[in-house]
Amino acid sequence: MNINLTLIGQSITFAVFVWFCYAYVWPPLVNALAERKKQIAEGLAAAERGQHEQELAEKRAAEHIKEAKGQASEIITQAQKRASEIVDEAKDDARSEAERIKIGADAEIEQETNRAREELRQQVAVLAIAGAEKILNQEVNAEAHASTLSALAEQL
Amino acid sequence: MSGDTQQTAAEYIKHHLQNMTYGKFPEGHDLVGQWGLAHDAAEAKSMGFMAIHVDTMFWSITLGVLFLFLFKKVAKNATSGVPGGMQNFVEMIVEFVDSSVKGTFNGRNPYVAPMALTIFVWVFLINAMDLIPVDWIPSVAGWIGHTFFGMDPHYVFQKVVPSTDPNATFGMALSVFMLTLYYSFKQKGFIGFAGELTLHPFSSNNIVLKLVFIPINFVLEFVALLAKPLSLSLRLYGNMFAGEMIFILIALMYGGGWIAGIFGGFLQLGWAIFHILIITLQAYIFMTLTIVYMDLAYQTSEEH
Repeated sequence: MNINLTLIGQSITFAVFVWFCYAYVWPPLVNALAERKKQIAEGLAAAERGQHEQELAEKRAAEHIKEAKGQASEIITQAQKRASEIVDEAKDDARSEAERIKIGADAEIEQETNRAREELRQQVAVLAIAGAEKILNQEVNAEAHASTLSALAEQL
Repeated sequence: MSGDTQQTAAEYIKHHLQNMTYGKFPEGHDLVGQWGLAHDAAEAKSMGFMAIHVDTMFWSITLGVLFLFLFKKVAKNATSGVPGGMQNFVEMIVEFVDSSVKGTFNGRNPYVAPMALTIFVWVFLINAMDLIPVDWIPSVAGWIGHTFFGMDPHYVFQKVVPSTDPNATFGMALSVFMLTLYYSFKQKGFIGFAGELTLHPFSSNNIVLKLVFIPINFVLEFVALLAKPLSLSLRLYGNMFAGEMIFILIALMYGGGWIAGIFGGFLQLGWAIFHILIITLQAYIFMTLTIVYMDLAYQTSEEH
């Protein structure tokens, strides 16, 4: 219980310990803590930024999809239009072709008719002559009556 | 007990409460003028101020060095990455102290936080010496003294808890007190500090009354000022001394036969568990009060 030099010794020891702690122990520890705090804060900020960016990307992707959908429907509409156009064209082509074929056929029929008529006329002339021959029962000079016969044939 | 049947209970207690005192032998001693270890309480007392408690100094310095060594090692390898077990533990204490300082101390002083850390850990370690069974270290010290220095083990005193020595607690409190005085003068100036001591708590606008109040205020404030280091050190000393005393009394029961011994064992266990709370609390109180006193030294505009 005596107060003696220990008092001063303890005071000095305490002061030295505090100084040592102040100089060598406290700063690195507090710095490490502050550094970690900063790192954690940065990490959290980065995570938040990442999340935000993801949201943005999702939004952008949705926009892209919407746009693509629009484009696709446009393309489909165009294609449908084009297809109907093609069909119409084909129809027209077919119609004109048919027309042409019909005209050709008509001309051919006309020709055939004419030819048939010509043949018929000649055959009729021959038959008429033969008839006349039979009726007259005599040889008619073909050359002498040619003009008469051809005039007759003309009238048929 | 220390295996010594001749000792009476009173002698046993006295032996445990006596510091190992190295000092200058006084007038009337056959070794007058020489330095040496005191052989008993009366001799230690007669040495007066020119003596030093070897055990107090040894244990407090050992524990302080242990604390600084451990913390320095951690501080050297401190990373801001994932901390290891020891770093985690140290960081927990540092953060605890740091938040205490930030919550209480409003000034700017780079010394306050390291001082608070030193006080907390050092005082805690010093107090924790109380948990070591009271006879272990004194017995070993007695054996060493007897074997290597040829001393009578009766004269080898060893009081292992430095905070049961008022010199240790007063020493720390005195350093804190000096520091608060220094910063009071530095922050407030001589006039400001003198004003703080003389113009409160009684004040008046009447100049005559004011002059009358000055000595009254000074007496009150001066007592309050001196009470700070006294209460700071006596609180710690008183608590630890009482705790140590109870440990010694419990240890006395081991000499009282089987039943008393077993009962004493349970008592010691219970008291030690309870004492863990006390040693931590006392370290915390010492630290917090130091921060508060430093904060008071920094408060420049006190309003009453």
